[in-house]
Amino acid sequence: MKELLQKEDITIRFAGDSGDGMQLTGMQFTSTTALLGNDLSTLPDYPAEIRAPAGTLFGVSGFQIHFGSTEIYTPGDVCDVLVAMNPAALKVNLNGLIDGGTIIANSDSFDDKNLSLASYNSNPLEDGSLSKYKLHVINISKLTSLTLSDTQLTSKEIDRCKNFFALGLMYWMYNRPLEPTIEWMQEKFKKTPKYVDANIKVLKAGFNYGDITEIFTVRYDVQPAKLEPGNYRSVTGNEAVALGLIAASEKSKLGLFLGSYPITPASDILHELSYYKNFRVKTFQAEDEIAAITSSIGASFAGALAITTTSGPGLALKGEALGLAVMTELPLVIINVQRGGPSTGLPTKTEQSDLLQSLYGRHGESPVCVIAAKTPSDCFYTVYEACRIATKFMVPVILLSDGYIANGSEPWNFPLIEDLSDININFRTEKDGFFPYLRDEKTLARPWAIPGTPNLEHRIGGLEKQQVTGNVSYDAQNHDYMVRLRQNKIEKIAEDIPLAEIDGKESGKLLLVSWGGTYGAAKTAVNNKRKENKYISHLHLKYINPFQKNVGEILKKFDKILVPELNLGQLSKVLKHTFFVNTISLTKVEGQPFKSIEIENKIDELLK
Amino acid sequence: MSLIQETLEPIQTSFEQPTYSSKDFQSNQDVRWCPGCGDYSILAQTQRIFPDFGVPKHNVVFVSGIGCSSRFPYYMNTYGFHSIHGRAPSIATGIKIARPELSVWVVTGDGDGMSIGGNHLIHTLRRNVNLKILLFNNQIYGLTKGQYSPTSEYGKVTKSTPLGSVDHPFNPLLLALGAEASFVARTLDRDTKHMQMILKRAHNFCGTTFIEIYQNCNVFNNGAFFQFTEKESKDDNVLLLEHGKPMVFGKEKNKGIKLDGFTPKVVSLDGTNSVNDLLVHNEKDSVLAFILANFNAMEGMPRPIGIFRAIERPTYEKDIERQIENAVVKEKGSFNNLIQSGQTWIIK
Repeated sequence: MKELLQKEDITIRFAGDSGDGMQLTGMQFTSTTALLGNDLSTLPDYPAEIRAPAGTLFGVSGFQIHFGSTEIYTPGDVCDVLVAMNPAALKVNLNGLIDGGTIIANSDSFDDKNLSLASYNSNPLEDGSLSKYKLHVINISKLTSLTLSDTQLTSKEIDRCKNFFALGLMYWMYNRPLEPTIEWMQEKFKKTPKYVDANIKVLKAGFNYGDITEIFTVRYDVQPAKLEPGNYRSVTGNEAVALGLIAASEKSKLGLFLGSYPITPASDILHELSYYKNFRVKTFQAEDEIAAITSSIGASFAGALAITTTSGPGLALKGEALGLAVMTELPLVIINVQRGGPSTGLPTKTEQSDLLQSLYGRHGESPVCVIAAKTPSDCFYTVYEACRIATKFMVPVILLSDGYIANGSEPWNFPLIEDLSDININFRTEKDGFFPYLRDEKTLARPWAIPGTPNLEHRIGGLEKQQVTGNVSYDAQNHDYMVRLRQNKIEKIAEDIPLAEIDGKESGKLLLVSWGGTYGAAKTAVNNKRKENKYISHLHLKYINPFQKNVGEILKKFDKILVPELNLGQLSKVLKHTFFVNTISLTKVEGQPFKSIEIENKIDELLK
Repeated sequence: MSLIQETLEPIQTSFEQPTYSSKDFQSNQDVRWCPGCGDYSILAQTQRIFPDFGVPKHNVVFVSGIGCSSRFPYYMNTYGFHSIHGRAPSIATGIKIARPELSVWVVTGDGDGMSIGGNHLIHTLRRNVNLKILLFNNQIYGLTKGQYSPTSEYGKVTKSTPLGSVDHPFNPLLLALGAEASFVARTLDRDTKHMQMILKRAHNFCGTTFIEIYQNCNVFNNGAFFQFTEKESKDDNVLLLEHGKPMVFGKEKNKGIKLDGFTPKVVSLDGTNSVNDLLVHNEKDSVLAFILANFNAMEGMPRPIGIFRAIERPTYEKDIERQIENAVVKEKGSFNNLIQSGQTWIIK
């Protein structure tokens, strides 16, 4: 009987060629782990090329999962186990492995060709260079092939099953059941039963290999986390956005329209919503980013809950049309799943560098509401909030997500429709007293009078509007009035959102301010420091334009303000010029999320 | 004549058949085009013919981009959207997909539609969204005061081409046909009856209708189309296309179009050729439409006006509706079902 050790949390990284099925392997491990009741966070990390040349360093695809019996906020700074399907995967990921960590290497792929593609002069599995790790050299390809020797599969088909050997082994090592993955295989490959049988065989072979061979003496168990009671499912940020939009459509009783042009890492939202025809969702894959947003503006004018999804370069193309939405004061939600830039940049990697573009990247005085999601499941609530604000105030709202939370996943104590706040829509139908730009006193919203409504025929457009009538006006005083009014309207949103809540004391030496996907690393850093009795406060900002009304007050009560961002200090700049506070920027633009240790080190430095 | 009627789609009947006059379609805004501009006539014909359509005016939306022509929606007492340069077809597409029951019209020009918005135009045409697109072609940039446009002729001297343009122009109809537009037509700002007829046919057609309207810019490109619009030259230079009818033209109705292989030729009806030898127009013949659209580039050929092609095919927005209805019949979506589908677990 092999020993079973309890662990509080574990981080595993599956890495291989981009064709090795590492994303799928990682997602299966994630689903099973979620079902066991662990808290978790994932980080898919894949190249921009669909099938990069095999064996190369830039073609390595990785999937990291951090799971535990306590609350988990990040995919893990370093991994405890690295599954390396080839030399390139080992080379690229070794520096993320903790000293003394475990390596599972597929020795069959460590041939001269692959070693040279990964720039190894000698075989690391044999030259002693990995002596500080627990190295397990397993001929995974060969074992897979032996397992399937009596099947009719071609050698190529057999080779494609090898990731399930690795998965089976990990299931054994971390005491997870095979059934959820077997059920998934039966569904996924139901049209080709030979694949179901083969994959199940290989999965079991991997599991049994751990059990039977003498190589492994210990296996580990991670008890369920003490999560809030409720109904759970696993969700990625992009899935959560799609679900949030469906919920907002159902709650507001508005037809959902998505105008979108495919772009990494936002395309999954388009894919997801395209399935939901039975929710009467209308998705329009436009000819370009401009048509994507302008069709949405048209749909909004016509009375739909109008959405456009994109990533940084696409937002740049949408800039002019966004100005039109500001001018015509139509509700519109623009979802920007940020990636590394500028230009094509790092399409599959994460960054937070579109904040200033979102706030200011338009012609003229063109304010829009900007809010940001902090975790995969928070994408749901944030997009729902974006829909609420857009329709209530008749404004465009930019929702900032990023590649990390969009593709990452976590367990989610999900709500039902009755748990969500109302989104009330009042289309104007009353003829008397109707003017296209006569405003609600409280919100300054103009009426939403949609085509098809008798007696409310009117014209809108990009030219400056005379207040109240909406007629074209070039009058100088009127323009000045309207520019200020549009600004004022965005500021009014602050009266409609909850005050910012600080995690920790309301004043002190150091305040950590985070936004977007940096939340997880910031929260973990704060928790870790508190364990060392280094007390710091944490403010996470969901609303960036406008800020919540008490943000300035909060900031002024701290000696130092640390702002970690995956850019060169964009929020930091905004906080400085908005609140006249001195901020300290911690920046990183490596296409990867922060490790909490990076923030912790900075905290230590500032508390010295 | 009977053939033409076969091509007509039944008008969408509304429960309340409104009775309008042209005045009902005039908004309270002052029209601000230059005196003498061809746009006035197009506006007047549109306002005159709209009451015939029997569509409640609150179900009508005019969408435009930027340019002189794009001021059009302000003057129509319907719903209207004066948007940004070149994007009218996309905005209109969004409106039509969201609300297929609306009658959606796009007003654009040769700069707006062929240059900055060229991409949206061709994609709208290939998708066959049921939009009515009016392209005012004056072969010049008017609003920016006289630069050459993508339809200006090669060698055109303008403010931005003092030595003559070296840009080869677009032929709008060939572009539309190339994008497989289902309805392609041309009319003239000064031929009021013909324009009204074309507008009506467009209204009744189910699919994207693309109408090129030769429009005189009397300030920056005066007389660009006079040989086709003025009394003295018109008959000898314009070929009126009528479905099912032989292609006869000329002041004396003594000239016609005959096909020599694939090459169209002008022949005189002087005894050696009779009307029976001439090409007969057929709106359902795509090859013929290409040949006719090519007349622009052929020396000595008259300029065809009328409907080049009218072939219905499924519209984009109806296909979307069909997929939705099929999905809803199978299982009407509910958020609570959706969110609980797949793997879920309970933590107590």
